[in-house]
Amino acid sequence: MRASLFITCYNDTLFPQTGRAVVRLLERLGVSIDFLPAQTCCGQMHANTGFRGEAFSQAKRFVQLYRDTECVVIPSSSCVAMIRDQYPGLFEELGNDDLRKQFAALLPRVFELSEFLTDKLGVEDVGAYFPHRVAYHASCHGLRGLHIGERPFRLLSKVRELKLTPIANLDRCCGFGGTFSVKNAEVSTAMLDAKLTDLLATDAEYCTALDNSCLMHVGGALHRRNLKMRPIHFAEILASTEGVYL
Amino acid sequence: MSGPVMDPRLAPPFPKAALPILQNTQLRKNVAHATDVIQTKRNRLVAEKTDWQELRTSAAAIRAHVLANLATYLDEFEKKCTAAGGVVHWARDAAEARQIIIAILQEEQATEVIKIKTMTSAEIQLNPALEAAGIIAIETDLAELILQLGQDEPSHIVVPALHVNRQQVREIFARRMGLPQLPDDPEALTAAARTYLRKKFLSVPTAISGANFLIAENGSVAIVESEGNGRMCLTLPRTLITLAGIEKVLPRFSDLEVLLQVLARSATGERLNPYNSLWSGVVPGDGPQRFHVVLLDNGRSEILGRKVERQTLQCIRCAACLNTCPVYRQTGGHAYGSPYAGPIGAILTPQLEHMRHGQSLPYASSLCAACYEVCPVKINIPEVLIDLRAKVVDQEREEVKRWTDPMYMGMKAANLVFASESRFRLAQWFGRLGLRLFTDKDGWIRKLPSLGARWTLSRDLPAMPDQTFRNWWAEREGRGGKEAR
Repeated sequence: MRASLFITCYNDTLFPQTGRAVVRLLERLGVSIDFLPAQTCCGQMHANTGFRGEAFSQAKRFVQLYRDTECVVIPSSSCVAMIRDQYPGLFEELGNDDLRKQFAALLPRVFELSEFLTDKLGVEDVGAYFPHRVAYHASCHGLRGLHIGERPFRLLSKVRELKLTPIANLDRCCGFGGTFSVKNAEVSTAMLDAKLTDLLATDAEYCTALDNSCLMHVGGALHRRNLKMRPIHFAEILASTEGVYL
Repeated sequence: MSGPVMDPRLAPPFPKAALPILQNTQLRKNVAHATDVIQTKRNRLVAEKTDWQELRTSAAAIRAHVLANLATYLDEFEKKCTAAGGVVHWARDAAEARQIIIAILQEEQATEVIKIKTMTSAEIQLNPALEAAGIIAIETDLAELILQLGQDEPSHIVVPALHVNRQQVREIFARRMGLPQLPDDPEALTAAARTYLRKKFLSVPTAISGANFLIAENGSVAIVESEGNGRMCLTLPRTLITLAGIEKVLPRFSDLEVLLQVLARSATGERLNPYNSLWSGVVPGDGPQRFHVVLLDNGRSEILGRKVERQTLQCIRCAACLNTCPVYRQTGGHAYGSPYAGPIGAILTPQLEHMRHGQSLPYASSLCAACYEVCPVKINIPEVLIDLRAKVVDQEREEVKRWTDPMYMGMKAANLVFASESRFRLAQWFGRLGLRLFTDKDGWIRKLPSLGARWTLSRDLPAMPDQTFRNWWAEREGRGGKEAR
């Protein structure tokens, strides 16, 4: 099977280790990976801040770039939610028939990483080894946007030596919200405080999630307060094996 | 204590209004506790309904159908209500509604008026207008009474005094009712309120109410409440004035079967509200003998005309979205600067203000979508928030100050960058170089300038890695696709 990796703009720039982990994981499972270097951003930041026309130009670029690929894997649930929930409205308003048709044909082939593993590849045990206590943070877009459900838990439960420590108020936002964290920095911080209280109560060594955006937010506060818990993207746990882990 | 500013035309922007509240530990504790209690009850009662999703679908369908045929149902309501002896008035905006209500009260020679909790009257700023006309408004809902006596403002649509705890209530009652020995147990506090209000119920001959629903097929008005104060206001006075937004209409009496179920469970976590009052016009010898309904537009028909935003008007004011909202839980209602707080307030207020005020409100959300999940009439609040943000940005596009707004210019620049691979690579290169200036020796960034300072307010940022993913990939391809490890 061939899969094209849409790494996302911020993973490319700030979290390349997540991309390397996806490549390692999927190649281990027998998937050949393509990477189209013309890719940039899905347009989520612009759309969610109100820059609709700008978001449209990025959405169009995404569809034109990926329309001929077998399938697209994205290690970020919020970018997938952008494509599923917001592209239709953008194309309805600003696109033409051709674009809408290309998008409709592409959409079923776009997967978030845990969806790709469980739904497309049909695997739960990816052969990973991660001997640590891990708290899973359910990012809002994965939880309520993609209805990701039990998929991440099923995958994590098969990781050898991993101990999952449940977190209270799993469904509550960490307060990132993209430009919200800057426009409403104080409120965002108060939400983050509440999330940290729940996270620290788990006594986990790592906090993982499907999105590095939430993890950048949570991890930034963990570091600011000299706390030992570390953020780690879901893909990096699944890529870890006895020989190589982070 | 002077109350918070609840007029969207005068209120500071949300981020600024939230600041003093975030410092108010007592208020935040009260809000978190109260929303937890309501949510737990709500979740339990929703879970016992095996057909909850079907109920939501029905409720949403009824409300959407009403909005698609609003003129027809309003006409029908007016005819049926008039035939039953009511007088229907139409108010284009808040000022017109105030004039109509004051004129009726003056004709009644009223000096006092008893009120059932109505957020719509707060929307039209009715109480200050009554005061200016020499008419004293007496709030009879326990929470509204607490706020009125404490010179405070509502912070929640359903439980307006949720930010006040009972020790604070005791203090307000003791001071304003002249009861220095009043204990702070709930029984004593409600008994004090009852004694205080009972005199008013028995002596004031005019009342003002809102409406939960207007029924088109028989001209009835429906009100749900928990305390019985509403029932008193609706039955004892000689004259009753009901103020209702035009969207409150339902086609049939039987639609209440669906809507009362979802409303009670979502709003207070009850199977049915303790008091459900329904009346049609005037009945000789029983209840108010003069009955007026003021139907308020105040921006609603404008909302009705917009494709995405129209769903805002499906709202039945249950406030489930407030209780679940992680933003509201931190700030309470006052930060929204409007009687309508929380996610629904964030979409309703700026629209009622014709997008001329409250532009910071659509941004007062992390778009976590918890509101959409609980909404009993399936309003896709995040979708509306994003649409309203686009309207705010379209306003910014016309403003001269956009050229010096770092967020606006940053977004425009980022769009140029994302339109080309080479520009994106260049931006990554310059970004790394720029961030190096702010990176400490241990590879972490603790203080950034400009907008970045809003991030580093509470969060560190790891330094930008030396190699982007795309560069790693290119290098790997150069090696024939082999791992470097």
